[in-house]
Amino acid sequence: MNIEPDHASLKIERKVVGKGYAHDSARRHVRGEALYIDDMPDLPGTLHVAPILSPVARGTLRGIDASKAVEAAGVVRVLTVEDIPGKNEAAPILHGEPIFAEGPVEHLGQIIGCVVANSLAEALQAADLVKLDIDELEPEFDVEAAFAANSHTHPTQHLVDGDANTAIANAPHRISGRLEMGGQDHFYLEGMVAYALPGEDKEMLVWSSTQHPSEVQLHVAMALGIKSHEVDVQIRRMGGAFGGKESQATIVAAIAALAAKATGKPCRFRLRRDADMAATGKRHGYVINYDLGLEPNGRFTGMKVEALANSGHVADLSGPVVTRTLTHLDNCYHIPAADFLGFAAKTNTVSNTAFRGFGGPQGIVATEAMIDIAARRLGLDPNEVRRVNYYGPDTGEVTPYAQPVDDNRILDVVDRVMQNAEWDKRRAEIDAFNASSKVLKKGLAMMPVKFGISFNLTALNQAGSLVHVYQDGSVHLNHGGTEMGQGLYTKVAQVVAEVFGLALDDVKITPTTTGKVPNTSATAASSGSDLNGAAAFIAANAIKSRMTAHAAQIFDCDESDVVFADGHVSADGQSLPFGELAHKCWFARISLSANGFYATPKIHWDGAKLKGRPFFYYTYGAAVAEVVIDTLTGENRCLRADMVQDCGKPLNPTLDLGQIEGAFVQGMGWLTCEELWWDASGRLRTVGPSTYKIPGSRDVPPEFNVEILDDQPNVHETVFRSKAVGEPPLMLAISVWLALRDAVSSLSDGKLAANLDAPATPERVLFAVEDMQRQVSEQKTK
Amino acid sequence: MAKTISLVLNGELVSTACRPDTTVLEWLRGEMLLRGSKEGCAEGDCGACSVLVKRAGDETYSPANSCIMLMGQLEGGNLTTVEGLAASGPDGHQVQQLMAQNGSSQCGFCTPGIVCSLAGLLDRNQEPSEADIHDALAGNLCRCTGYRPIVEAAHAAAAATTAAAGGTVANAVDGMQAVTVDDLKPGSDVGSGECQFYLPQSLDELLQLRAEHPDAELLAGGTDMSLAVAHAKARWSKTISTRSVVEMRNISQADGAIHFGGSTTWEEALPHLQQYWPSFATLVRRFGSTQIRAMGTMAGNLANASPIGDGAPCLIALSASINLVSQSGERTIPLDEFFLDYRKSALADNEVIKCVSVPLPEPEQDFRVYKISKRYDQDISTVCGAFSLTTRDGVVEAARIAYGGMAATPMRATTAEAALAGIRLDESAALEAAKQAIADTFTPMTDMRGSAQYRAQVAVNLLDRLILDLAGETVEVMAL
Repeated sequence: MNIEPDHASLKIERKVVGKGYAHDSARRHVRGEALYIDDMPDLPGTLHVAPILSPVARGTLRGIDASKAVEAAGVVRVLTVEDIPGKNEAAPILHGEPIFAEGPVEHLGQIIGCVVANSLAEALQAADLVKLDIDELEPEFDVEAAFAANSHTHPTQHLVDGDANTAIANAPHRISGRLEMGGQDHFYLEGMVAYALPGEDKEMLVWSSTQHPSEVQLHVAMALGIKSHEVDVQIRRMGGAFGGKESQATIVAAIAALAAKATGKPCRFRLRRDADMAATGKRHGYVINYDLGLEPNGRFTGMKVEALANSGHVADLSGPVVTRTLTHLDNCYHIPAADFLGFAAKTNTVSNTAFRGFGGPQGIVATEAMIDIAARRLGLDPNEVRRVNYYGPDTGEVTPYAQPVDDNRILDVVDRVMQNAEWDKRRAEIDAFNASSKVLKKGLAMMPVKFGISFNLTALNQAGSLVHVYQDGSVHLNHGGTEMGQGLYTKVAQVVAEVFGLALDDVKITPTTTGKVPNTSATAASSGSDLNGAAAFIAANAIKSRMTAHAAQIFDCDESDVVFADGHVSADGQSLPFGELAHKCWFARISLSANGFYATPKIHWDGAKLKGRPFFYYTYGAAVAEVVIDTLTGENRCLRADMVQDCGKPLNPTLDLGQIEGAFVQGMGWLTCEELWWDASGRLRTVGPSTYKIPGSRDVPPEFNVEILDDQPNVHETVFRSKAVGEPPLMLAISVWLALRDAVSSLSDGKLAANLDAPATPERVLFAVEDMQRQVSEQKTK
Repeated sequence: MAKTISLVLNGELVSTACRPDTTVLEWLRGEMLLRGSKEGCAEGDCGACSVLVKRAGDETYSPANSCIMLMGQLEGGNLTTVEGLAASGPDGHQVQQLMAQNGSSQCGFCTPGIVCSLAGLLDRNQEPSEADIHDALAGNLCRCTGYRPIVEAAHAAAAATTAAAGGTVANAVDGMQAVTVDDLKPGSDVGSGECQFYLPQSLDELLQLRAEHPDAELLAGGTDMSLAVAHAKARWSKTISTRSVVEMRNISQADGAIHFGGSTTWEEALPHLQQYWPSFATLVRRFGSTQIRAMGTMAGNLANASPIGDGAPCLIALSASINLVSQSGERTIPLDEFFLDYRKSALADNEVIKCVSVPLPEPEQDFRVYKISKRYDQDISTVCGAFSLTTRDGVVEAARIAYGGMAATPMRATTAEAALAGIRLDESAALEAAKQAIADTFTPMTDMRGSAQYRAQVAVNLLDRLILDLAGETVEVMAL
């Protein structure tokens, strides 16, 4: 069933969709009544699991001496690879990620086994007693060294469009250089957790804090050597995820299930913060080498980029992450000739993974940095360089990967944000401030974002739902999407309520479970409401059309005259409460249950050539940020941010606003205060909030303005013509980093580009200031 | 026979035979099956575990981190959790209603802790400013919302609370049950055989216990020490808490100095610091959240002799002295002689810190402390520089400078102090000499908070900041 016909008519009045309902769990959240997996009461006999982590970054595992741990108080079992009845495999797409290390140990903090004990404290204490015999090998931490050695976790990707080498060589101007950006820990407040309950015979029920229940199901089955139909995975809500629980929750769930299988008891496995940060993947850090050819007016002639991602020890999702980097290097700009190489470097660190933006942010940072550098080299305003390079609205320009930009709103968002931010006035004020302030210097920057919506891998763009209407007219909703705080459950319930003409409260949202909706994709890529909303729309309409036919019979009217609204079904002056019609349908033996299946149309992708239409549509946003830096210490702060985000016709503007604000602050953290720091042995030393600093409430810009652009429905046929919003606004925070660069450049009256990587910690900013002061004094002596 | 700990939990008197070194969070979530309070970090930094406590002898409730608070510390006290607030009215506390209405939660995991922090704020302050709200939230991390709707809900809840007496946690929650203070008297030993937990009421009693049990853990607030327990790395068989010692709970003035009793918390010290050394007070608000300040003490901050404790550089620069007592006597030593080596102090096994004394400021004395860290609030210093300058007629009469984060102990820059003495602050050559002296004094290390090179440079640059600051220039990004 196509979702287009029913809501092609955008004129229909929306009663529930489009309204700013609060998150469905808001009341339970504030009262401490929302249950997370670790809040479920312990079933009798519940055991607790603690991981045994590798103390070295690289080596060969020769032996495990668990004799002391086994004897320790409260310990029931110690599990290692020998205790896996099925496959020791937890990788999401490409194989090769073990649940427990076997032979090679590839990063410090890798899970080697686990202790199962009566209490968590006993399990944790016993885990420290396990002796590991590991022959240490020389680890590799350096991305560029791995690139030089061609050591990768995923085949190199090369996106070529035209002849960039020639275009750059023949260009009147050329800039080239190297940029480094750090990774980011997800820092979901709820750490990884799973609770496994063995059933009769081979059955296993797993509650898993995962964005991807179907993948957990598959890998639990593989690990136990059983079929998927023996395993049911459930999740009502996560305490944050941000991509971190897309693939990485699988290992945790598999270990809980292994422990439950081995002991026959319910087993709870929760990674505490330090273990979670040491053992699970993060946003990829990147080294970017760039070479850009330019016309005198700043127009690009060609761009060449080597994007080297720190993949960590195994592929995980690094291949698709790199693909998204390569497909977002263009951001909003037409690049006449492109040569983008993407490399997933194998290093002896934790396996990096999905994180809100999924490689896109790193690509956009690179291009926006190039623009900043190029503009100052050419003596141009960076915003003018942007403007001459934007994809034209009507020019039919295509991306380097051959997708037409057929829903272009770049100038809409840019003009809007420049106006909202009072750019010209504030630019003058900031220049005046900088002229008189001795120590503190301000910076201002604008940047736009174009973000592609859909999983790059076409197969993942599918979703299912299951809707029941009971005889009393109450509605039970289930779908394959997971709730991690983004409000997906609320949005999908709004869609179903709208279809049936019911109030939102009439639709009961039920936990995601593999037994109700099978073969789901991860709730990721910002696609949750597009995919699951559409699938639920289809299921609800299937029931509605059956009810409509029966109502037409009762009312003796045409089906087209039957209207579902305000809890009633009416036609020709006759009306029935929705519940009464439901009861009549049951009595007439009409099915009141339907599943819905949705597959995103139009998209296709050639993963070898890196060409196609990977994205159903694009979203657009733009931001202006103002910052201040301290030139004596490098301390810095964002003083004001203005954002404009295109949301199509929003399903729920309140929830969308929450996504935009939250994503911006999270992105700001990535680029400023959040720094992952490993010591020489490869031990991550930032494994808790005392050392890893995510933004606090005072770090939010005191002036923080968001405008949701809701004036234009999605031109592509999404559910109720809304647009995805989960990831795109994270990239608006790149404006903060660009403004910091601008503040440093103010020391040269804006003429020289800052030498500033990310994250822009006080230390990096101070060193960029000192570098700038050196450059300025060298220029003077020349 | 196991002794019991008694406390008022959400308005009801409860007794428990749990080990006194059980964390409050573990007890709530385990024995009491109250799972609204969450574990986000187990190190007192994320605030998801925040609860409201009124310990024996306290007059008001304060938010605290239940993940690093031990049950023994709550003997005779009151504990209110998010569930207690929810039960205090048909829609719970105003903060709960307004957060639910304002889109203040997304994943909801941090939310119960934020509810407790904001309820605690409204208990203290019915008209909080934006800055007060940020202070109240400094110990609570939210990864989803970007905080704006939380801050807005706090403003709205304050407007709804007004001064109505019904708004306080004590009235709302404790008022539900007829529990009187008489029901609760802190016991002096609430532990049992394998886990002794002493709560001495007098200094004599404390010193006696200290002499008898030199191997016992000496616990003040526990905001650093209890991390080991929270991480299941330690269980304490013997603990002596200093909190109930009457003689150590007051802050007094005598002999031209202010004396902070060894059990006084940072929160209790704060108004005094604000009065005499506002820069110090600002620092204290930054290095410890409200939750941490409610438990952590000045004496504890000094006793653990950390090179990155922020109290020490300030107190050294302010010429503080430290009063140590044992059954064999009492001695007072200058604070800069107290720190012997990395996490090693002059405190003997039978001694306790009775008080910390700070000379009151002279009119000609300027005190400034600068903390450099990756985040403004609730972060450990990369470098902390404290400066006390006494200037008469434009000439520096005396200078005391101390740094944290620059050596194995908090440390004075005596050569730089000497270089500043007798000069005018616009004498650039003399200032350069002082900066060189700072550079020569320290050989800092590289760690996750900053490189050696950065620390060395910032330590020097802070002297430039000081001079500009004293000249009235705006020198901190937070001032804008």
